[in-house]
Amino acid sequence: MNSKNFKIAIASGKGGTGKTTVAVNLAHYLAHDRQQQVLLVDCDVEEPNDALFFADAQLTATVPVLLPVPEIDTQKCTFCRACVDYCAFNAITVIPPLRHAEVSPELCHSCGACLYACRDGAITEKDLHIGTINTFRLGNDLQLLEGRLNVGLATQTPLIRQLTGKAKTSLGTIIYDAPPGTSCSVVATLAGADFVLLVTEPTPFGLHDLKLAVELVRSMDKDFAVVINKSDKGFGEMQQYLSEEALPVFVTIPFDREIARQYSGSRLLIESIEGYKRHYSEMAGKIFETTTV
Amino acid sequence: MSAMKTVITSSGDTLQSTMDSRFGRCAYFCVYDQESGTTSFLKNEFATAQGGAGQKVAEKMLMLGVQRIISGDFGPKAKAILDKYQVQLVKFSDDQKTIQQIIETLK
Repeated sequence: MNSKNFKIAIASGKGGTGKTTVAVNLAHYLAHDRQQQVLLVDCDVEEPNDALFFADAQLTATVPVLLPVPEIDTQKCTFCRACVDYCAFNAITVIPPLRHAEVSPELCHSCGACLYACRDGAITEKDLHIGTINTFRLGNDLQLLEGRLNVGLATQTPLIRQLTGKAKTSLGTIIYDAPPGTSCSVVATLAGADFVLLVTEPTPFGLHDLKLAVELVRSMDKDFAVVINKSDKGFGEMQQYLSEEALPVFVTIPFDREIARQYSGSRLLIESIEGYKRHYSEMAGKIFETTTV
Repeated sequence: MSAMKTVITSSGDTLQSTMDSRFGRCAYFCVYDQESGTTSFLKNEFATAQGGAGQKVAEKMLMLGVQRIISGDFGPKAKAILDKYQVQLVKFSDDQKTIQQIIETLK
């Protein structure tokens, strides 16, 4: 198959199941063992940490991310509160008796509804610096794009859109390491993916959130498969769910205390744990044989 | 002081309810008019807001023309705007006291 610009997203629903583990190890495996040109994209912009796993990572570019945020001119404002009614994020405060009108940039999602609502021409937009996109060179055929949201802001989604927009023009295989959950930021990450790997763990929480994640990828009409991580004694309810829904399980990675030890030392497991690479060889084989580009 | 309007954040809608120590996410507001001695209860529509509850409740207090608020604590955004318009903020640590008991201490 032709792997030009094939985009794989690693998502989970529940946090802590192993998205980052799978993303960094898969990226390294594809670049080193399958000689693919790989771009890893850390979309977990509230706490990006993919770069930590590559000791030789070289930062090659840092670009600021700007987002237009509304400002209210109180000379033009008639304090009608139409913008307040339009704002779904409680980001606008207007107090007519005090002739007070202001926007809270940290709550604003830059949806533009207030600009539409205002009949007095009192709202204009001003660029707010919300974070950065960093580019790292990780090896000959491996690059990392990392989105990093400024602390205290709620604008993950627009930052991720700019990040994936920048990534998608790249050649080779693109791996999106998604944030946890199933909300807007995850939808933005998955939107451009050709294939989604859902990483889960065999626990009641893992199963609960896997169901939400499956519902999400189905509603987005994405091809997907499941990776069961930290598997030990098994969990009957998860097996039952997977077989009832006929979901493809690409790899089951056993629980191993040594994995936690190596991960917490920010080491790549395919390099530090004997025999671990076969999980990625199996995973890659299935991804590239089941998908046709 | 004339027509002093005080709000006490309340866990319920009666004078026997205890104070709610949260400002932005309290269940109800008890509005106490010191001049007439009357009280009324308002439900806090922002109690379960995803974000911005403190700021929106501060906005509501300023629209109501409240001059004093009694609650357990106030967040930085709410405090900034309430300070700007010189609303007196009273932190009350005993959240077992009922609204009635707190009002008695104001008289």
